[in-house]
Amino acid sequence: MTKRVVITGLGVVSPNGADITQFRHALKNGVSGIQHDPQLEQLLFSCQIAGKPVIDTDRISQYFTELEIRNLESTGIVYGVIAGLDAWKDAGLKPAPDETPDWESGTVFGTGTSGIDKFRGAIYKLDNLQIRKLGSSIVAQTMASGVSALLAGKLGLGNQVTTNSSACATGTESVLMAYERIKSGQATIMLAGSTSDSGPYIWAGFDAMKVCTYKHNETPEKGSRPMSATASGFVPGSGAGALVLESLDSALARGAKIYAEILGGHLNSGGQRGEGTMTAPNPLAVQRCLSMALKSADIQASEVEVINGHLTATVKDTLEIQNWVTALGRSGKDFPYINSVKGMIGHCIAAAGSIECVASVLQLHEGFIFPNINCEDLHPTIEMLIDPERIPRTCLHKEFNILVKASFGFGDVNACLVLKKYNHG
Amino acid sequence: MDREVIISAIKEVAAPYTQDKQALDEISETTSFITDLKINSANLVDIVLDLEEKFGIEIDNDSMAKMLDVKSTLDVIEAKLAEK
Repeated sequence: MTKRVVITGLGVVSPNGADITQFRHALKNGVSGIQHDPQLEQLLFSCQIAGKPVIDTDRISQYFTELEIRNLESTGIVYGVIAGLDAWKDAGLKPAPDETPDWESGTVFGTGTSGIDKFRGAIYKLDNLQIRKLGSSIVAQTMASGVSALLAGKLGLGNQVTTNSSACATGTESVLMAYERIKSGQATIMLAGSTSDSGPYIWAGFDAMKVCTYKHNETPEKGSRPMSATASGFVPGSGAGALVLESLDSALARGAKIYAEILGGHLNSGGQRGEGTMTAPNPLAVQRCLSMALKSADIQASEVEVINGHLTATVKDTLEIQNWVTALGRSGKDFPYINSVKGMIGHCIAAAGSIECVASVLQLHEGFIFPNINCEDLHPTIEMLIDPERIPRTCLHKEFNILVKASFGFGDVNACLVLKKYNHG
Repeated sequence: MDREVIISAIKEVAAPYTQDKQALDEISETTSFITDLKINSANLVDIVLDLEEKFGIEIDNDSMAKMLDVKSTLDVIEAKLAEK
């Protein structure tokens, strides 16, 4: 007998809002979190704009001990721990007591790479023959699972504690992995989420691949343009998103606030076969992932009301829309509403999926569809596929029941999640 | 250097690594970093690095391995200061 799974807590550290209240406001009002980044300019990046959450030191000291702060050089861990603990609190949960772990609670908290600034510092010391001066904090901050390990320690989690990694699909994958664990009865509560470091050392590789825009260094807020005719590459971002997943039984038993139900989802890969490569998606795999997600959720394509896309503001946006059209068998005016958070915050790499899942849940729970900013000049190929009215440019206040969220990543990997509004009573 | 002065320096260095403020206040030569101050053993290496900086000394691996309580730490620091 499988368990129904609901979402009972949310946390977010986003470039356009470093907590749920700010993020909700930014989403509804189309507030950009993209700014000029002097360090990127100094280091001769082609793209000198980025999305970086704003967190002051007072806030950090509420989440980390004095000792942890001393050598803390992993922005990803800072974002992940803040978002994760916020979600836990939002769910009305407390850390386990001192002596006993909470055997029924765990976490899947993903990242691409952890503590890249910490790593850089360590490498400089090492090359200067100062290995003995590294201290004890390197491993815990540079191991990929550093973020899930720290969260588990702070909360006393005694179930599965792991970090997943699947490039830009990481965040959505973490939610699905946590969902499966609860659905199969192996855990009662799982903290799902993902995080991504800020700064030149995490973003440089993308700049070097020429996948980031270099046309908006003077107009940062206009830089990230999903679905626009003038989209010219993504804007790098960073941050973290976190969601508390829980069995419906547990949520009802403790009278928790329920944001939404996870009906199902799917994870797959195009195997880098056909049109799929390390960096390009195999469209058949994407379409299959979307169709299989609907099948797993036991809903018809006609029931989908809102899509939160991956839509990065690259040449692949058109292909993504084509894939949705094909998978759902819907186009023109019949197409669901679709939006992309990336117009406001850029592409937060490993954190993108989880921040966007938080945005998806907020929309579903509160009955709004946030505006797509920077696509006033809709791409003509997209306009041929779906009616422009289905791509809201202003916030729509509208109750709806079914939202589908998808994320796609390097390595030709795909993740798709089906969410339903939860009606109490 | 007076042993009391060195003990108070050790106390200052150890402070951020322990949650047990009472045990820290009662620090003496017999105090163990791990059993009395309940310091995470992984942090002993950080304490050694902080002491090196504080006293301007360099502590070798063999000496480091001995520094589990205040007395042995004192002995190592005194020996290293004498070598200077």
